Amino acid sequence: MAELRGYKELPIGAVPFRLSTDYKTGDWRALRPVVDHNKCVKCMLCWIYCPDMAVIWDGEKITINYDYCKGCGLCAHECPVKAITMEPEPTE
Amino acid sequence: MTEVVKTPKIPPEKQILMTINGDEAVAYAAKQSLVDVVAAYPITPQTIIVEKFSEFVANGEVHTEFVPVESEHSAMSACVGAAAAGARAFTATAANGLALMWEILYIAASLRLPIVLAVANRALSAPINIHNDHGDAYGMRDSGWIQIFVENVQEAYDTTIQAFKIAEDERVLLPVAVNLDGFFLSHTLENIRMLPDEEVHKFLGGYRKTYPKVKVDYFDEEVPLILNPARPLSFGPLDLYDYYYEHKMHQIEAMKRVPEVVREVNEKWYELTGRKYGDGILVPYGVEDADVVVTVLGSTGGTVRHIVKKLRSRGYKVGTIRIRLFRPFPHKELAELLKGVKVVGVMDRGISFGSYGPSFLDISTALYDLKERPLLVNYVYGLGGRDAQPEMIEKMFMELLEIAKTGEVKEKLRFLGVRE
Amino acid sequence: MPKQTLPQVPIKKGEPAYKLWIFEPGWKGELPLILNPRQLAEQKRPALLPGHRLCAGCAAPIIVKLASFAFRGPTIVVNATGCLEVATTIFPYTSWAVPWIHNAFENAASTGSGVEAAIKALKKTGRLPYEHVDVVIFGGDGGTFDIGFQALSGAAERGHDFLYILYDNEAYMNTGIQRSGGTPPFAWTTTSPVGKVIPGKQQAKKPIADIMVAHRIPYVATATPAHWLDLMKKVRKGIEVEGPAFIHALSPCDRGWRHGTELAIEIARRAVDTCYFPLWEWTPETGYMLTDRSLAIARNPSLKQPIEKFVEVQGRFKHLLKPENRELLKKFQEYVDLVWEDLLKRAANAPK
Ligand SMILES: Cc1ncc(C[n+]2csc(CCOP(=O)(O)OP(=O)(O)O)c2C)c(N)n1
Ligand code: SF4
Ligand code: SF4
Ligand code: SF4
Ligand SMILES: [Mg+2]
Repeated sequence: MAELRGYKELPIGAVPFRLSTDYKTGDWRALRPVVDHNKCVKCMLCWIYCPDMAVIWDGEKITINYDYCKGCGLCAHECPVKAITMEPEPTE
Repeated sequence: MTEVVKTPKIPPEKQILMTINGDEAVAYAAKQSLVDVVAAYPITPQTIIVEKFSEFVANGEVHTEFVPVESEHSAMSACVGAAAAGARAFTATAANGLALMWEILYIAASLRLPIVLAVANRALSAPINIHNDHGDAYGMRDSGWIQIFVENVQEAYDTTIQAFKIAEDERVLLPVAVNLDGFFLSHTLENIRMLPDEEVHKFLGGYRKTYPKVKVDYFDEEVPLILNPARPLSFGPLDLYDYYYEHKMHQIEAMKRVPEVVREVNEKWYELTGRKYGDGILVPYGVEDADVVVTVLGSTGGTVRHIVKKLRSRGYKVGTIRIRLFRPFPHKELAELLKGVKVVGVMDRGISFGSYGPSFLDISTALYDLKERPLLVNYVYGLGGRDAQPEMIEKMFMELLEIAKTGEVKEKLRFLGVRE
Repeated sequence: MPKQTLPQVPIKKGEPAYKLWIFEPGWKGELPLILNPRQLAEQKRPALLPGHRLCAGCAAPIIVKLASFAFRGPTIVVNATGCLEVATTIFPYTSWAVPWIHNAFENAASTGSGVEAAIKALKKTGRLPYEHVDVVIFGGDGGTFDIGFQALSGAAERGHDFLYILYDNEAYMNTGIQRSGGTPPFAWTTTSPVGKVIPGKQQAKKPIADIMVAHRIPYVATATPAHWLDLMKKVRKGIEVEGPAFIHALSPCDRGWRHGTELAIEIARRAVDTCYFPLWEWTPETGYMLTDRSLAIARNPSLKQPIEKFVEVQGRFKHLLKPENRELLKKFQEYVDLVWEDLLKRAANAPK
């Protein structure tokens, strides 16, 4: 975790001073979704349903933002053509 | 006691003379303070405030959104929402209603929302009682609110307006509770002088429209501390052991800055209206040469001063201090005034069961560091609206004078006016 | 991440997907309600940012994200205490791209009342730099059926202009799965455990949406995140009506319902297919109207699935599948049928 700030450096009213995009939930993952672009029919259901906003559509193809993806498997389960598979995290 | 200056900016003849009770005075003050949102629920002896305000709304005399909530819990909750959205918010309650607000009082203070709350002080249940004591106000003592006690209807009016000025001051940003004794003030007619509307508007700088700025990492510039679609902030996060303590320090620091602001506002009001209440914090009378001083909160202050005058005319060295600002508590200021006094009698219209009256605890703390400490006696009185009779108060002074002579306190905690 | 932008600016290639929602003072107009999935993905950014700490596979953020796609402009979000609130604002972080306030557990509706009243007062006095600012409230089942019900009922009666979205995960999840007025019969929770004598919750689920209908507010609906188009349309209607609107959204919870993290949408779909959680909307003018899949089932009852389909994938109901508990399952089915038949009688567009 980043260094903790003292009260003189904090905004009053206890309002959070950072966005959660700075907090990577990707390390919660046990399995990672992998998209087979040959199968994908670009229906966007995975984008619509992902609880972690981790499915990215760039106008051409679906990708997964592994910074945030928690590996729930919901996208794979909902993909109508089974274009997403849940695979073990690569071990370095 | 109200001190009067000779040449206020608005001379008395330009002020509006009204014969009204304390609740009405508070309602008029809130109206003149351009309150945006009033969320309130009826409870004796506060109800006249909401009724009066509803009349203003029904007659189109105010722009205020009146939210006739279904409970006091919701009254304070709505005030929190309104103040966070940038509105000037006001509510009023007493006793059980204040108790029901309790959870949200802490939240209002922690989120640094400048809400003003009028408390028509009333005894807490059970048994249920509608009359005055300070048990309700003492119950919110540690919630982070500024608490001011007034002595008369004029002061209730003046203080309600001042409360907005204090609450919204950037050095403060804390909610303020204005305490007026139930029935003794809330329902008692007095002649008071009110300012013309525009003068109150000027005093407060018009509508609430400037907001304190905060710096968060995700904006380059400082942004206003409100719910603002142009610069989104989140109010009321989950805060664990890594930051909660730091946030409490903000409140502790803000409380430290309150006395100077209360003093300033008291002075400004004096210049404007010709009225001031001591230094805004403490209202001493006859203390300079006194052997015996009695401290008191609220409307009993007048009765005690009356007795002090009487006894002084008979040659007794007695004095009194009315504590106007109860939170933050003026420990230093009191110690300064009570230095050299032989005996201090502390009157509390409430008790912390199993301990002493709450103001006694603070005064003991205030005096502890003096080289020569006065003797201290705590007088609990007036619970559930029991009248504070002048004879009773005179007897108390005689008792304290006797202690001053003998140097011996037999009972540190005394109960005035109760049958055995 | 770039700091300031309008939320609906088309996402160009290489541009970040997450941005704050910034409505500069004077902003006018309405964000479009986009129902085409591809356009949606190209033009909308959610008001909820990633990095939140709701459980993997939780349905609550899906509901919030879909709802935010239907926001029409400047919006202030109010949140009751619960999983959603706790996990999206763990100091020093916030996941909210729009102004957001959490006050306490039982007072989301009254806090929202205050926000709404403030908006009106600011507008009246020329201090609101927008044509309108919408108030959307999110509350859990505990914060809505139970402890926050008084505040909700009061706010509905007073007629404040807000949309209240109940995300119903059918128990107090944030405190560890205790039963609420929204917990269904026979469900296991930590305060309605399946014991030797008592098999889970013994009481029915409070008909909260019908109770809100009884308040005769301008708009009431049910929704699930699985039926995402239906949900978005309902959210937009709820925002557009003047006065209080209420949406009861079923929110599968893998931790509390004891199901796989991939199943939230599947279970929400089954809840509708079995008629455990019918989709409908209500206005004073139209009365009850079935929507989406529930309308299809009403027209073609053979589509209706047995309650086992809903129950079988959830650990909280696993005792119902034991042979000795067949009677309980039957009772559950009867309960579901009764509620469904009753709805069919009331729904103006159900075939009679
Ligand atoms: C007055 C009060 N009582 C109890 C709690 C403890 N509490 C916090 S969240 C919660 C449960 C929330 O349940 P629900 O509203 O269903 O939301 P969920 O967490 O399930 O999403 C409880 C009991 C509290 N915060 N405040
Ligand atoms: S596995 Fe879950 S979190 Fe990851 S991309 Fe798929 S739906 Fe999103
Ligand atoms: S759900 Fe499957 S087919 Fe649809 S966009 Fe995602 S990966 Fe492609
Ligand atoms: S406990 Fe349930 S509702 Fe709460 S975050 Fe986890 S899955 Fe979501
Ligand atoms: Mg819940």
